[in-house]
Amino acid sequence: MKVTEPKSGATIPETFPSPSIGVWQHRHVLDLDDFTAEEIELVFEIADAMSEVLTREVKRVPALRGKTIVTLFYEPSTRTRASFELAAKNLSADTVSLDASKSSIAKGESLVDSLRTLQALGADVIVMRHSQSGAPYLATQHLNTSVMNAGDGWHAHPSQALLDLFTIRCHLGGLAKLKVVIVGDILHSRVARSDIWGMTTMGAEVTLCAPPTLLPRSLAEFISYCQIPNVSVESRIESALEGADVIMPLRLQAERQQSGLLPSLREYIQLYQLTEERLSLAKPYALVLHPGPMNEGVEISPEVAYGTQSVIEEQVTNGVAIRMALLYLIAGGRSK
Amino acid sequence: MSAGLIIRGGRLLDTSQGIDKVGDLLITGGKIARIEDDGAVSSQSDLFIIDAAGLVVCPGFIDLHCHLREPGFEDKETIATGTRAAARGGFTTLCCMPNTNPPLDNQASIDYIRKTAETEGVVRVLPIGCITKGRQGKGLAEMSELAEAGVVGFSDDGEPVASSRIMSLAMDYSRALGLPIIDHCEDKELTDGGVMSDGWVSTRLGLKGIPAAAEEIVVARDLALARLTGARIHIAHVSTRGSVELVRRAKESGMEVTAEVTPHHMTLTEERVMGWKSGRGNQLTYDTSAKVNPPLRAGEDIAALIKGLREGVIDIIATDHAPHAVVDKMCEFGLAAFGISGLETALGCLMGLVHNGELDLMALISRLTLGPARIIGTRYGELGTLKPGCQADITLLDPDKEWVVNSQDFVSKGKNTPFDGYQFKGKVMATIVAGDIVHQDASFKIEKKQ
Repeated sequence: MKVTEPKSGATIPETFPSPSIGVWQHRHVLDLDDFTAEEIELVFEIADAMSEVLTREVKRVPALRGKTIVTLFYEPSTRTRASFELAAKNLSADTVSLDASKSSIAKGESLVDSLRTLQALGADVIVMRHSQSGAPYLATQHLNTSVMNAGDGWHAHPSQALLDLFTIRCHLGGLAKLKVVIVGDILHSRVARSDIWGMTTMGAEVTLCAPPTLLPRSLAEFISYCQIPNVSVESRIESALEGADVIMPLRLQAERQQSGLLPSLREYIQLYQLTEERLSLAKPYALVLHPGPMNEGVEISPEVAYGTQSVIEEQVTNGVAIRMALLYLIAGGRSK
Repeated sequence: MSAGLIIRGGRLLDTSQGIDKVGDLLITGGKIARIEDDGAVSSQSDLFIIDAAGLVVCPGFIDLHCHLREPGFEDKETIATGTRAAARGGFTTLCCMPNTNPPLDNQASIDYIRKTAETEGVVRVLPIGCITKGRQGKGLAEMSELAEAGVVGFSDDGEPVASSRIMSLAMDYSRALGLPIIDHCEDKELTDGGVMSDGWVSTRLGLKGIPAAAEEIVVARDLALARLTGARIHIAHVSTRGSVELVRRAKESGMEVTAEVTPHHMTLTEERVMGWKSGRGNQLTYDTSAKVNPPLRAGEDIAALIKGLREGVIDIIATDHAPHAVVDKMCEFGLAAFGISGLETALGCLMGLVHNGELDLMALISRLTLGPARIIGTRYGELGTLKPGCQADITLLDPDKEWVVNSQDFVSKGKNTPFDGYQFKGKVMATIVAGDIVHQDASFKIEKKQ
C-alpha cells in the first residue's frame, strides 16, 4: 500500500490508490467475523493516511466526490453518527442524514421499504444503526448498495472494534500476544462481540470479565464452535487484570440493574469498577479504552478515565480516520 | 365421483389393522368398501381407476395442530387455502388452533369454522377450542358448550396458561368432557422476549435466547397437574431432550399423556437461523423463515426427538402449520413473526428420516394417522384407518419421488418455509377425502375405465 506523501498543510487534495488492487474483498462492512488479518492491516494502513489528512488545515480529500453516503440511525447516537458524517464529508462525499424517529419510518414504513427508497435516491453507501441484531444483513439481501454496519442490536459494531484495534496499534505497535481485558456487560455488547473477532484475528488474547448474569450462558460453546482462539473468562476483575496490556470497561446501562441482572449498582461498582488501585494490577503501560458513552463513577472511575493511561479521547479521533478508511474502501475508486 | 374408485396395486399400509400388503382398495359411496388382493377387484364400467403400482396407499394424514388463521388473519391463510394446502400435503383432517381473531372460545365461532369448512374447505376441519376466555389465561372458556359444538380438544396455543391454578381447573373441567387439554408449554416469563434457541448460535448472532428450561418447566408442571386431576393432556410441539424425558417418565408411571413433534423440529437445528452454511468465513443471514416457537434446537435435541418418536414416547407428528404473509417475515429477525408454513413440506421432510433409516415407514404413517386418530376419538367417525365401512380418507404417496421445494408453488398463502430449495425424496401423489379426489400431483394420472 503506497500512499502519496502529502506536504504538511497542503490544501490540494490527494487521491488515494485504488483499494480494489489487493486483499480487500468486502462490498459491505457488517462485522469482523469475516475479516482476515491482511484486510484489517489494510484498513489500518489507509487509516494512517487518513489520520494525516486529519492533521491538515483543510481536512478534506476528494476521494469520494460525487458519492452519496446516507446515515440511517434507528437508535440514538451522537458520536458514531457524527464520526461517520465527518468521515464522509472529509472524503468530499455528499451526506444525507436520516433520523428514524423523524422520518416516514415513524409512520410505519418497513426497514426494507426505507432502504429501497434510499437506494432509489442514489445512495452509494448506507451507514446503518439499528436496535435489532441482524438488521444490516437484511439490508444486504434487498439492496445493491453497500451497507456499513454502525451497530446492530447486541450483535456487531465493526467500525468501533477497528478503531479500538487501531488505537491499540498506535500505542503498542500491534496486537499480537497482547492481553486485552474487556470488563462488564458482555451479554448485551455489540462492541465486545466485534472486538472478540477482531482482536483474536490479530493475535491478541482476550479475557472477558463480568458477573455471570452479564455473560452469555453459551459463551464457551460459542467460542469453541466458532474456533475463536485465546478467549478466556474470569469473573474476578483483580485476577483478570493481572498482566493486562489493554483494559476496556463497557458501559453499564441503568436498566440492567432495573431488570434484575444485578443486585445493585453499588455491588457492581464495588466488584467491577476500574479504579486506579485495580489498574495498578495491570502492566505499567497498560492502555485504558472505553467505547463510550461513559458512566463515570460506575464502570470506570473519573481518575482512570482522565488519567495518563487513558486513550479514550484518542479513540474518538481515530474513529474518524477508521471510518474514512472504511468508506473509502467500500465506496472509493472501484466500479461496482 | 362418489360412484366409485378402485385404487389398484398399491402397497396398502394401515397400522390400525396391521396391514402391509400389495392389493386393491375399493371405494364406494365415499366409504371404504373392501380390500382385496392385487387384481382381485373386477373393473366395473362406472369406476375410476387409480393405478397405484409402486405407491403407498394409507389412511389420510391427520394434523392435530395447525393454524388456519380464519377468522381474523385472512391475509395469512383462509380455510379455503389452508385445506387445499393440506390436501397437497396428504392431510385429510386438520385440527385448527383457536388463536384466531376473535378466538374460538364460544359456540358461534366454532359453528363458523365448521360451516366455512363445509362450504369452502376440501378436507375435514375439526376445531380446537380455547381453554380460557379470549385466551387471556384468566377464566375458563365455556368448555362444555364448546365440546357440544364439536371441538376435539382445548388449547390456548401460543399464549400458554401461565396460572397453575387456572390450568388445574381446566384439567378438572375437561375430565367430564372426555377431551384432551393440548398445551403449548412455555414459561413466557423465562422466555422474556427470546427469539431463537438459547445457545452458541444465539450468542454469535446477538439474539435473545429461549432456554430449553422454558419449555421443560411447563411440561413438568402440566404432568404434575395431570397427575393431580386425572385429566388427559397432550403436549404440543415437544422440542427438547428434557421434555422427551419428562414425557417418557410420565408414561412409564402409567399416565395418560400424549405428545407431538413437528417435522421441522426433527430435521433442522438452530444453525438454520444463520442460513445455509455456518462457521467462520461464510456470510451470515438472519433467516426469519427459521424463526419458530418453540425454536429450532440443537442436534442432541433432534436425536432425542427422533428416538422418542420411534419408541412411541412421542405419539404423533403434527405440522404446527403457521402461515404468515410476506411482510410478517420480511423484516428484522427480532420483529418477525414466529412460524413455519408446514403442510406442504411435511411428508417430503419426514421421508428423509425414513430414507436415512432413522424411522421406518410403518411407524411414520402410524404417527400421522392412527396416532392422532386415537387422540381425537370417534365422535367424527373412525379416522386414520382403511377399515371397510369407514370414511374413505386416503393418501397415496410415492416414497421415492424426488422433488425440490419451491415456496412459490405453495397453495398455502404462507410461503414462509425454511425448506425452500431443499431436495426431498417422497411425495404425495393423490389425496382422497370421503371418496373425492381433492389433490392429485401434476405428474399423476387417474383414468376413467369405460
